[in-house]
Amino acid sequence: MSAQSALLEETAGGVGEHLNAQALRADARRESLRLLALLSPSLFLVCAIIIVPIGWLFWLSLFDETGALSASNYARFFEQASYIKTFVTTFKVAFIVTGACVLLGYPLAYMLSQLPRRAASICLIFVILPFWTSVLVRTYAWLVILQRKGLINSWLIDLGVISQPLSLANNLSGVVVGMTHILLPFLVLPLYASMKTIDTDCLRAGMNLGAGPVATFRQIFFPLSLPGLASGVVIVFVLCLGFFVTPALMGGGKVVMWAMRMEQTTSLYSNWGAGAALGVVLLVVTLALLGLFRWLLGARATGVWSSR
Amino acid sequence: MRQGGTGVALPPPSYVLPAREKVILSIAPSALPIGMRAIEKRFGSVSVLRDLNLDVAAGEFLTLLGPSGSGKTTLLMILAGFIRANAGSIKVGDDEIITTPPHKRNIGMVFQNYALFPHMNVFHNIAFPLKQRGVATAETAQRVEKALELVKLQGLGERRVDQLSGGQRQRVALARAIVFEPRIVLMDEPLSALDKGLREHMQIELRALHRRLGMTTVYVTHDQREAITMSDRIAVMNAGRIEQLDKPETLYAAPKTQFVAGFIGESNFMPVECHDGTVWYEDRRIHTATPAPAAGRHLMVVRPEKLRLVTPTEPSNGINVFDATVADIIYQGDSFVCYVSLRDGRQLTLRDYCRGDVLARLPAPGQPIRLGLEAQDTILVASEG
Repeated sequence: MSAQSALLEETAGGVGEHLNAQALRADARRESLRLLALLSPSLFLVCAIIIVPIGWLFWLSLFDETGALSASNYARFFEQASYIKTFVTTFKVAFIVTGACVLLGYPLAYMLSQLPRRAASICLIFVILPFWTSVLVRTYAWLVILQRKGLINSWLIDLGVISQPLSLANNLSGVVVGMTHILLPFLVLPLYASMKTIDTDCLRAGMNLGAGPVATFRQIFFPLSLPGLASGVVIVFVLCLGFFVTPALMGGGKVVMWAMRMEQTTSLYSNWGAGAALGVVLLVVTLALLGLFRWLLGARATGVWSSR
Repeated sequence: MRQGGTGVALPPPSYVLPAREKVILSIAPSALPIGMRAIEKRFGSVSVLRDLNLDVAAGEFLTLLGPSGSGKTTLLMILAGFIRANAGSIKVGDDEIITTPPHKRNIGMVFQNYALFPHMNVFHNIAFPLKQRGVATAETAQRVEKALELVKLQGLGERRVDQLSGGQRQRVALARAIVFEPRIVLMDEPLSALDKGLREHMQIELRALHRRLGMTTVYVTHDQREAITMSDRIAVMNAGRIEQLDKPETLYAAPKTQFVAGFIGESNFMPVECHDGTVWYEDRRIHTATPAPAAGRHLMVVRPEKLRLVTPTEPSNGINVFDATVADIIYQGDSFVCYVSLRDGRQLTLRDYCRGDVLARLPAPGQPIRLGLEAQDTILVASEG
């Protein structure tokens, strides 16, 4: 070791190191430990309420009724037609409800985004208000309105428009009406938020460059609102897949959705393994869908999002 | 950088556009004049524009200059059709356009934040106005390519907007505003988001582009240097009115109001009194190049660079000489600023360039000096209270 490096060692107070490098490293290490300690309650919570139950669910799904390890809970999906039918029904309902929410929600969100601030916040209260009422109460209210001797049917008969009551509840249409009502705010709120961020100068630029109001909407506003629409659609669609109360009450037993199947399997047949398998499949399918949406959005809309 | 500008002759910088013979977009076939008459605009009870009249000549580069709240942006928005005036007339050539919707005005506009469409790439942004006009695909491609060439962004058509730097976005916005060969181009503080060096560079390029394409241009800025650099004429706006409309050199040399004198360049204001055809500051007679105005109180505008240090031995006939004391001297590299107080306590600012041995001969703070002001450098304006 040369005289020079010996001098360095002495001034640095370390073993051939730069000034205080060791102390700074140790300090950085201590800081990460402190941060980890601060995070530990929430990490514990996440483990306790998300990771452990899901792991347990997955574990349960691997055992049949006799308690033996088997894949029979999953094999059943392919063997029994009723499972496939439930699966198809669930997706059919989810698609129809999401479509209805888009058709109703887009014009509503557009109107809200164009209103002056004060009027918009008053209207937003009406959008959010149903959130404060129980889903059960709202579903029963729809039953009162839509059932065979409900409000709509008795009015139509009194007015002489129809002679036989229409079957509005206890079937697919009842389920769709009830679920659309409950899920609409989940589409409108993110959509409204994203519409508010659209730069009015972009719309002005469109007009200035020769696009009329319709062309400006179609070529500029609509494409720029797509990210908001996509997130609303994802939320509504995913919520639809796991919806229970409304289809159970409004479907009259004719519309069997995935969540109802789970409930039957566990509470009626006490087959926890099969019920757990249903849960695992729903979770996997939902995650796959979310991944697909992300991928589709990432492919077409990165420019829109990253420039905000 | 107007013709006849002072300074040494430098070779033309690389960004100055090639001469006319290589014109790429056609010169706007018939640049049209704009005539605004009696424009009124109120927001609620607040009057933003009051009986505003303004004529922009065909092919002219006119700047609306003023502080924020002076109504310059509102006027531009009314011209573009985004804001509806309460009263008035706007004629482009012989056509009244005050009620024409914005998409039928055929006016190009560059927005302050560029307002590029984030979901389209550079090519589609620039092609947008052509698409609205039903221009065929092949011609669109050709014209977009030429516009890109004009703003020096060749080959960047496929870039996404968020992959561009501030200066490049600015150029795309410009290309988009001129690609459809509009009769008029409006620019709303287009350079304010750029850093100083780039801003000065773009000022020269915009100016060159305007000379080349010859479109009538209305430019809004609050930066007086920018206005002076670029404009044929400047309309100085204050509180919803045009205070003065003149060529940059006239505005600087002969401001008509205290506001204009204060807004364009730096100024010292000295209260003076006129009687019997002569001008007096305190008990000292002021030599002026122009006949003295009407009797009463006025303000003398003294530009800092028009004041100079006078040696005690120098004869003072014909020039105005003031005795003063140096308060402070600030060295600024290319120039120095000298703060002085007159005998009556009035503070004045003097600016001069650091050439020769000027720096070595600078007086020290506290030292008495004599300030000289040529008669032709005195400017008198009405005193505004």
